[in-house]
Amino acid sequence: MTTGRRRTDVRHGSLDGLLNSREIVVACGPGGVGKTTTAAAAAATAAVRLGGKVLVLTVDPARRLADALGLDKLGNAERQVPASAFADIGVKPSGELWAAMLDTKESWDALIRLHAPDARTREEILANPLYRNISGRFVQSHDYIAMERLFEIHSEGTYDLIVVDTPPTRNALDFLDAPERMADFFSSRLLRWLVVPYRSRIVNFASKPFYQVADRILGTQFLEDIAQFFVLFQSMYDGFVQRARAVHRLMADRRTSFIVVSTLEAVPLREAEFFAQALTDRRLHLGAIVLNKVLPAYLRDPLGAAVAAKLRDQADALADALAPAMDDADPAQVRRVLAEIGGNYLDYRLAAQREAEQQSELATMPEALVTVPHFDTDVYDLRGLLELGERLWGA
Amino acid sequence: MSPAGASAPSATAGRVGLLDRRLLFVTGKGGVGKTTVASALALHAAEHGKKTLLCEVEVKGDVASYFESGPIGFAAQEVLPGLWTMSMDTEASLREYLRLNLRIPVVGRIGPLARALDFVATAAPGVREILTVGKLCYEVRESHYDLVVVDASATGHIVGQLSAPQAINDLVKVGLIRTQTDWMLDILSDAKTTGVAIVATPEEMPVNETIELAGRLSSETTVELAAVIVNRVLPELFGRGEEETFDRLGEPAAVEELGRLVEGDPTPVLDGARLAVTLRRTRAEHLERLRAGIDPVVPMLYLPYLFTRLHGVRTIRQVAGSLGEELGS
Repeated sequence: MTTGRRRTDVRHGSLDGLLNSREIVVACGPGGVGKTTTAAAAAATAAVRLGGKVLVLTVDPARRLADALGLDKLGNAERQVPASAFADIGVKPSGELWAAMLDTKESWDALIRLHAPDARTREEILANPLYRNISGRFVQSHDYIAMERLFEIHSEGTYDLIVVDTPPTRNALDFLDAPERMADFFSSRLLRWLVVPYRSRIVNFASKPFYQVADRILGTQFLEDIAQFFVLFQSMYDGFVQRARAVHRLMADRRTSFIVVSTLEAVPLREAEFFAQALTDRRLHLGAIVLNKVLPAYLRDPLGAAVAAKLRDQADALADALAPAMDDADPAQVRRVLAEIGGNYLDYRLAAQREAEQQSELATMPEALVTVPHFDTDVYDLRGLLELGERLWGA
Repeated sequence: MSPAGASAPSATAGRVGLLDRRLLFVTGKGGVGKTTVASALALHAAEHGKKTLLCEVEVKGDVASYFESGPIGFAAQEVLPGLWTMSMDTEASLREYLRLNLRIPVVGRIGPLARALDFVATAAPGVREILTVGKLCYEVRESHYDLVVVDASATGHIVGQLSAPQAINDLVKVGLIRTQTDWMLDILSDAKTTGVAIVATPEEMPVNETIELAGRLSSETTVELAAVIVNRVLPELFGRGEEETFDRLGEPAAVEELGRLVEGDPTPVLDGARLAVTLRRTRAEHLERLRAGIDPVVPMLYLPYLFTRLHGVRTIRQVAGSLGEELGS
């Protein structure tokens, strides 16, 4: 059993090996667990420690990352985090940190320009109402384009390390399957079948019933929009399919590794586990699991629990005895505080135990398991990112 | 509302109560407890005499495990008195739609048809969404239930879902689908009938997304934001003046004396209290930002963080109880 063997090999608390040896690190996992921040922190720290050119490619449109990196705007084009941003906090990075944010629409247009056989097809596609809808709204297109853009940047060979975070997907696997599905989509027999009558303008016997129904449901104009769209897209079929397969190969390559980010709350963790398992099933490299916002271990201290129970249950007697040592504080006030902090500890102990239990039940084990504690404040600047990065890096 | 209901702020007067609507979409960033809150809302409504349907749009099996009902399918089943659950299945929805609306001989050969439409749906965004929203609107139109609570898509996708009828309306000029979108739009646009509740936690990203979604709901859809439900609100640890007493308790002499009295090291307990204060403070800032970022007429409900070890329907009952207090019923 590979999982059994690997469990003993798990390295706790460090991402350095991963960031050192891979060219692409993909951060994935459920939404709301600090995926973008984790990816940015890992990239920033790699730029500081390892040198070379490091890119963080984010799909999160929130301004916060741009702000944290001292950039006024993030877009499809990669931009370097200015050296002054590091100098301001007294850090001298040995490499360069670059950042870019995925712009789905712009990336799709670039892809059409790349694959379109001629100018006329290109303009027709860009003007097709279905295309405009797809590039703007279609959720799966977002997944596909993220992987596509990653492939493009990687193949330019500009960066030593690319850290990318993935779109929050409906289904954790969507973005992994997106290239494959896109290829299937364009090579589908059904697609050709749908398109043929509009090419020849002759509805053959076999497809007649389908068109009768489709016409009634969707209307002829809409069907023609769809058909035109598919006819146009077919001219780019080979390009798309080849590209989608290349993207898929890159994901499975030894140069690429995945980190699954989660918290220890039940729902995100279950999703993260599902994801880790899916990566393993697909023979993709599960480099690390990063657990964010973990409650500190002292909350699970059994001696702490014994003290807390006494504070809560014997607050009266303790307060009377303690007040003199506190410059004659109001015993009633002390009593309340003792009871409150005792109860508080026991409450948090439950939460911490629940977390520890969740962690111990992790079935799929990565090369490295990293836990990051609750920080006192949210990470909002480069200093914060680097502090988080130090935790990820390990001692 | 009772005449004694003086607590109802005048700013929200004229708005329809959360559970007085007929169709309620519950959304939120992943991991904030969207399904829990949707289930609790549905349970609360059912316990107050409303025949309620709870529909899980993205099936993860959470609803089934909450109500210990076994797998939930497209056909609604009653899991508790007055509470029905179903899970969305766009293909089943299409079949139902065709059965109800079309009398065409090929319906018998629905296999390839469903595949073909699945295919069209992949290319034409909105087709899949409209099969989801359409089914929900249909249940409302036919008055099969007093209330339909939807455990809807996460914040990133809900706008696409709710604006699907409009998008289809723009794309498709004639045909059966076009005539279908009109009545759906009527249901969705009627604030007395339909509303969205966003679930958030007092943390940075969920708050950002909630504010952003509230803006997009009003600019890109016709559906009203009915409420923001803040989940996992941490209790205030100390009352007035107690924090100062706590600071004095943390001074070395007091810690030593306390340690002697309890025959143990009180440091973890003191650290735990500091952690609670810090967490509560950070969250309070996010809560303020949330309140400031949402239209004041939108009611905000607060649900406490659950430290208890509850599972299944007991969790839902506890949350439903808190919701009831917040709703004043």
